Amino acid sequence: MSEWISRHPELLVAGLKAGVLIFVLLTAVAYMVWFERKLIAHIQSRWGPYRVGPHGLLQPLADGLKFLFKEDIILTNVTSRFVYLFAPFLSLALALLAVAVIPFGPEEFELLGTRTGLYVADINVGLLFVLAVTSLGVYGVVLAGWSSNSKYPLLGGLRSAAQMISYELALTFAVVGVLLLAGTLSLREIVDGQSGTWAGFLPRWHVFPQFVAFVCFFVAGVAETNRTPFDLPEAESELVAGFHTEYSSLKFAMFFMAEYAHIITTSLLVTILFFGGWLSPFPDTAAWNFTRFLPSVLTAVLALLFFRDAFRLTNQYHRVLTFLICMGLAGLAFLLLHPTALVLAQGPFWLLAKTGMFLFVFVWTRATLPRFRYDQLMAFGWKLLVPLAVLNVFVTSFVVAWRAD
Amino acid sequence: MNQNYLSSYVPILIYFLLAMGVAGAIMLLSWLIGPRKPTPTKLSPYECGMLPTGDAREPFSVKFYLVAILFILFDVEAMFLIVWAVVLRQLGMYGFIIMSIFLFLLMVGFVYEWKKGVLDWAPRQSRRG
Amino acid sequence: MTFYEVTFYVLAVVALLSAILVITCRNPVHSAIFLVLTLLSVALIFLQLQAEFMAAVQIIVYIGGIMVLFLFVIMLVNLDVAVRQAPYNRQRWIAGFAALVLLAEFTLFIYQGRDWAKLPPAAAEAVQPNTELIGRALFQNYILPFEVASLLLLVAMVGAVLMAKQR
Repeated sequence: MSEWISRHPELLVAGLKAGVLIFVLLTAVAYMVWFERKLIAHIQSRWGPYRVGPHGLLQPLADGLKFLFKEDIILTNVTSRFVYLFAPFLSLALALLAVAVIPFGPEEFELLGTRTGLYVADINVGLLFVLAVTSLGVYGVVLAGWSSNSKYPLLGGLRSAAQMISYELALTFAVVGVLLLAGTLSLREIVDGQSGTWAGFLPRWHVFPQFVAFVCFFVAGVAETNRTPFDLPEAESELVAGFHTEYSSLKFAMFFMAEYAHIITTSLLVTILFFGGWLSPFPDTAAWNFTRFLPSVLTAVLALLFFRDAFRLTNQYHRVLTFLICMGLAGLAFLLLHPTALVLAQGPFWLLAKTGMFLFVFVWTRATLPRFRYDQLMAFGWKLLVPLAVLNVFVTSFVVAWRAD
Repeated sequence: MNQNYLSSYVPILIYFLLAMGVAGAIMLLSWLIGPRKPTPTKLSPYECGMLPTGDAREPFSVKFYLVAILFILFDVEAMFLIVWAVVLRQLGMYGFIIMSIFLFLLMVGFVYEWKKGVLDWAPRQSRRG
Repeated sequence: MTFYEVTFYVLAVVALLSAILVITCRNPVHSAIFLVLTLLSVALIFLQLQAEFMAAVQIIVYIGGIMVLFLFVIMLVNLDVAVRQAPYNRQRWIAGFAALVLLAEFTLFIYQGRDWAKLPPAAAEAVQPNTELIGRALFQNYILPFEVASLLLLVAMVGAVLMAKQR
């Protein structure tokens, strides 16, 4: 066994990278919940989570533990236990899967004697893969709603399914606009195609020529993840909690983890398709070379903020923890100055910075916008987004074809 | 066969197995650790505190069915668009024209649906912007 | 056995087993799930044959679209009641006999045509991104079928509306 592994180090490397990505993704999901609660609280002039750890930073852990010790209820009248248990499993597994093809940076590095890049899998139809996995997402919802054999979940599941497939169309049509410019289905090449600048300062990102597609894609992406203002599947005022009404304990949490993983995937995808992925927004000239130190500098600033907090907080444990976090961040800031790390961190830094921006927008819309009515939701998807995206394809293709001739 | 090609998909397989393992482990954990004190009321479907009435399986609006059909048709179109988008630069204006014909025919269908009210989910009098 | 062969046999077995489960399951939604599994393994076989685009279409259109429609229909017509009645129970022997005859026929045909159906050896390296090849073939050599497909979709659209509106 060990001999076989030593003959195939790339398998071990792939496994390691997959494990790291899943771990990071699940942590990100947990902290996305924290981020959302905190941000919405601040938008509404509240403090949000503050007690568990400094600034509530240990709140996700507490939530997870609480879920763990809750009773695992399976209703007596579920239509099929198999489907009932399969639905949350499928939701989470698929939500995690979509990230597997996302490239996080252009750089290659050496791991266990194998040259490898900042991705789990680099396939030349990455975009199709993401679309395919997204199109399967509807099953978790439908099956959960159906198997619960209860009225609210069934209605929620149906609504959600109809909504997801409707907005998936707008999503796909919007992607075609990008494909016309990129001419490839590989996510890596799509990002590479956006390098360079227009007029010396404006990055050649797809948002600028494809602004309509970007709007369609982002709106459809918000709807695909069942987020406000499109969160009708779980409209608590009419459907209690929608398709996951009858789920308890960690099974309930799995649907939420899936939802937040989808948010992260959508944000990553928007960044890659429209905002140049890992490319820096600054021109690649000597004058702008100092921006390469941004990852390190920003980490250092964050460390300083925590340092200040370590003296301001009143709770002793929080002080100690804050100080430890500060030390960790300071160490990271120094590590990022190392020449290899400096180069390697550029891609992920910009990709994640832009993704973070979209995560912010996701939460922002939730804090700001009221929910659609169902007929408005369907009308918005079919009568506005789909025609708009098709029109965009039409116009873009005309320009592309005209230029090609 | 081309081993190089297949090997680019192996990491995805590994990743998916791991992801399924994580999801399975979470389900197992909550089943093992969570307490179990079932009562008939706890195990009955939730209906806002009332006694559940009737069957949950009731026939629902045919609209859902129609939307699914429409989705399939447009999804096929979208697949055609994706292949076409990738090669449009090689096809040039000719490619644009053949797709225009294709899109035009589909848009005729789309407008027909629109006019027939397939895309309307609310009764006519209560529909407002 | 190479990795290639192992994956093929695993996928083929999964496809066949789940196909059998589709028709033996009593619960229509279980049948639908196994049909999804069948389609998925077929998609993965496409993927293995370097037909990446076909695999994606199989998943996006068949599993993400058509099977969702199936599920809707199963829920719409309340098949739970229909299942209890087991309508085709009496024809089991006739069905089994017919299936055997069909199987014998197919075996014979495949056996007779084994030389005729031989494929040329596959190219050692993948020629190029497969999707582009499909695109060029579709839009340069097969324009008429492509345009007819749009007519077909149009007819399907009108038909769906008419059927739904008659109720």
